[in-house]
Formats: sequence, C-alpha cells, structure tokens
Amino acid sequence: MSEDTKPARPGGASPDTAEAPSAPGTTAKAPTGRRIPLPKPSSVLLSLCSAALGLLVWIGLTKSGIEDLPGPWAVAKRGAELVEDGTLFDDMGASLRRVLTGYLLGVALAIPVGFAMGWYPIVRRLIDPWIQFFRMVPPLAIIPLAILTMGIDEKPKVFVIFLAAFLSSVVSTYQGVVSVDSTLVNAARVLGAKDRQVFIGVVVPASTPFILVGMRIGLGASWATVVAAELIAAQSGLGFRMQQAQLYYDLPTIFVQLIAIGAIGLVMDRLLLLAERRLTGWQERR
Amino acid sequence: MPTISFTEVSRDFALKTGEFHALDRVSLDIHDGEFITVVGPSGCGKSTLMNIAAGLLDATGGTVTVDGEPVHGPSPERGVIFQQYALFPWMTVRKNVEFGLRIAGVGRRERAKTALRIIDLVGLGDFADALPKTLSGGMKQRCAIARAYAVDPKVLLMDEPFGALDALTRVQMQDSLLETWNRDRRTVMFITHDVDEAVYLANRVVVMAARPGRIHRVIPVDLPYPRTEKMRLSAEFADLRREVWNAVYHQPASSERTTP
Ligand SMILES: Nc1ncnc2c1ncn2[C@@H]1O[C@H](COP(=O)(O)OP(=O)(O)O)[C@@H](O)[C@H]1O
Ligand SMILES: [Mg+2]
Repeated sequence: MSEDTKPARPGGASPDTAEAPSAPGTTAKAPTGRRIPLPKPSSVLLSLCSAALGLLVWIGLTKSGIEDLPGPWAVAKRGAELVEDGTLFDDMGASLRRVLTGYLLGVALAIPVGFAMGWYPIVRRLIDPWIQFFRMVPPLAIIPLAILTMGIDEKPKVFVIFLAAFLSSVVSTYQGVVSVDSTLVNAARVLGAKDRQVFIGVVVPASTPFILVGMRIGLGASWATVVAAELIAAQSGLGFRMQQAQLYYDLPTIFVQLIAIGAIGLVMDRLLLLAERRLTGWQERR
Repeated sequence: MPTISFTEVSRDFALKTGEFHALDRVSLDIHDGEFITVVGPSGCGKSTLMNIAAGLLDATGGTVTVDGEPVHGPSPERGVIFQQYALFPWMTVRKNVEFGLRIAGVGRRERAKTALRIIDLVGLGDFADALPKTLSGGMKQRCAIARAYAVDPKVLLMDEPFGALDALTRVQMQDSLLETWNRDRRTVMFITHDVDEAVYLANRVVVMAARPGRIHRVIPVDLPYPRTEKMRLSAEFADLRREVWNAVYHQPASSERTTP
C-alpha cells in the first residue's frame, strides 16, 4: 500500500473543529504576573469581522488600480440582475444536477467495490492497480476522450464527475475495511457471529468514519471537476456562464459565478460534515 | 471430567528467521468450576494458549477439548474477555451486551430483559444507554464482562482483563469477579502478569516459561473462598506469592527443544 492512497484520518481535527488560536491581546498581564483572560469575543462577532476584513481587502485591491477589477458594489448589482432574470439559479441548478448525478453514481458504485476490495484480498489485487493508475490521471484529462465517445450532451460531464467521486470514495472505503480493529472482529466471532454477521455488524459500522471522510473529499473533487468541465464543454452551468463572461470581458459576472461556486461548495461540505458528526459521534477522539 | 483439556498443544509461527515455537507440547486439565490463573513472562505464549482454546487460533499440534468436544473455531460457549475491552464503540452498553443474544436469535424483549439484568449485576445500571467512549476503563471492562456473561458461556477465558486498570480499580474488579464466580462457579482461565492477582483469584496458578512456551509449574492455592482483603495480607498469602514469584522470575535457562 503506497502512502498516498491513505485517506485523511477520520476523527482527526479538521480546520473547523480546531479551537481558534488565542490571538495576542486576548490576555493581559496583571501586575501580580497572573494572566487575566479577557472575555472571548463571540463567534458571530468574529465571523462579521472576518467578512468585513475580506471586503476591505477587496476594496483595497480595487483602489490600488488593478485594471478593471470590479468592486463589491458592482458585483452585488450584477448578482442581483442575474438572480432577477433567473440565470444564476438556472446555472446553479445545471451544475448541481450534474455534480449530484455523477457523485451519487460514483459513491453508489464505490462503496460495494471498496467493501469487496477490503474483504477479499484477491479482488483488491485485481482492481487496485487500475484504481492507482486512474488516480494519477486528472478527471478533466478524460474529457476529450469522453466527448468523442459519448457525445457532447450531459454524459461526458457526468461521467468525469462519476470517476472523480468513485476514485476518492473507493480508496477510503477499502482502507476503512482493512483497518477495522481485528480485536472487534474477534469479539464478534467469540459471541457466535458468522462471516456475514461480522461483516454487517462490525466491518460496516467500523469503517463508516473512513467512508464518510472519503465521501467528503469526493464531493469536493466532484464540485471542482464539474466547474472545470463546464469551462471546457457545456451550454449551461456556472462554469459555462463564466466562460461566456470571459468572451465579453464581463468581470462582475465572473465574480458572481466565483462567489456562487465557493458558497455552494462550502454549503455542501458543511452538510456532509454535519452528517459525518452525527453518524460517527461514537468515535473516541484522542 | 475436565472442562478444558489441553493435550500436547504446540503452536509454531513461521518467521523469516525460521520456525518459532510459541508453545511446545502444553498439557493442562482445567476442571469443572475451577478458577485457573496463568502467569509467565511476557512472550511465553499465554495469549497464544488462550486464543487456541477460544478457537481464534489453530494449534499446529495436539488437541484442545471443552467438555470433551474438540475446539474448532470460536463458539459462544467459550466467553472471551480481552485486555483492550473490545467493545463495539458505536453501540451503547445495552446494545453491546445484547450483541451475542441477537446473534443467537433471542427475541427483542427477552434480550432487553437479560441484558438489563446483567448490566445491573456488573453495576452499570445507570449507564445502560451510554456509549463506550464515555466510560472509564473499569466500566468498559465491566461492560465487556457483562457482554460475555449475557450468552451464558460454559467457560470464561480472560486475557489480562485488568492489565490496563489502575491498582485500586483492579482490586475492585477482582473482588466483583470472584463474587460472581462464587455464585455460579463457572470454569475460568484467567491470564495475568500480576503475581498478586494470580494468587488472589486462583484455585491453581499455572506458571509458564518462555522459549519455547511451556508450563513450568502448577501451584495449588489452598486458601478458602470467599477471599478477603485480610487474606491478601496473611502470611500464607505471602508464602504463596513468593513461591509463584520465584517460579516466574527465577526460571531455568531457556531449554530450546533439541531436535533429535
Ligand atoms: N501471529 C504471530 N506471528 C508470529 N509470532 C507470533 C504471533 N503471535 C504471537 N507470536 C509470538 O509468540 C510468542 C508468544 O506470544 P503471546 O502468546 O502473545 O505471549 P504472551 O501473551 O505470553 O505475552 C511471542 O514471542 C510472540 O512474538
Ligand atoms: Mg498476551
């Protein structure tokens, strides 16, 4: 097993679970030498500050004279127009439809294949080399081939997303299966569990944390892939709109699309993170 | 009739450096209702011996029978307690304890009733719906013991079950284990590396030696049950303790099997 096939450790601290580092200035030295902690600013306040900071940087960049860089106001106005005429939501819908179709198909195939690879060493030996090979090929590089063989409609785009989702989920699923604690398997067997019961009762639940981490990485990869695929070949979607805007030198529209892409990606990631927390809250964290 | 009978049990492991004799022709009879403890230096094959009895590992020679039946694979008749607790972390205490009953096809109601009775017995009544991660080490091991008891095994095989616990908790666990054993006199094979624990619990202490793993001495403990704190401090206990200690720590030089 090469090092790079290991998915991120489940239960490991993700950036958003980490405590905000105590900024200098949140503690003050009292004359006695004891540290008196100042009240912690609320997280809402911090979020607002963070947003304001971002806007300030943006405005600063606009004023510094980078050519034609639109300010927040211009972008907001353009965003409102795109919402009003329905283009923005249509584009979001088109991109989301593609990503979800490809992603769900990819995950649906990856989980059984990953379990089979983890449970039967012979299946792993047969399939793993191909998975390792295709992991080295960026999904986007498949697009030309996919267009030539599948036509220019939705199929090639959905296919590359399927591939991206499948590859990241399959590796984490079989990693999850092979790293199931053998003591747990033995504990089930001495209580009378047969292979099937060990699989369903122990292997499946014990590997869910790995699977969910893989699914989350897979969703990120799928989202990145769909946008890029639309830049190359599409008649709708956020990426397509951005590509059109580029032709017309329409920078505010590009900004609106970028913000929409980031926001949707963030929301999807948060939803999966929430699911992950709910489903794997039993894990001991060290 | 002995409940657990080891006859000339050997186990070799194939290593890059050649065959490794983890166990060399071990014979031991554990009688019905007996509490046997097994002590010996680390790596002398205690776990290997127990795993063979549990059916988790095959012997490369000899036979193990439980109640006259040769052991082939694990069975709920032989309850096993592991040092690392091995609780299913995604299940509550109650679900863990019910696991074996569910496998056995016991109905929901019956299952819940049995589980709760045993959970109460081990003193986890208030934690039936707690997840393992919220329990202390001692509580986890109580839960593991309850899980093993739930399927009512004929014999209990325990591999250093209290090895990871602090000294005080360990003594409490020893007393509650003996209390339960006094009631049902279930046959127990209990592995430990703690000489005190070995003497305090056992009818007989089996002392093993390493390289190759074998039985060095079997020392009977003629102290009556129930055992008490006072007994632990008695002169007889001290003598036995010394005897076992000497057997464990002053072993004959390794007598590697000489091939003829
Ligand atoms: N699967 C294995 N492969 C190779 N050697 C093993 C294996 N399991 C145990 N051993 C070796 O057998 C010896 C006995 O192990 P074990 O029964 O775990 O000892 P103990 O429980 O007394 O500490 C040790 O030297 C150990 O390294
Ligand atoms: Mg051991």
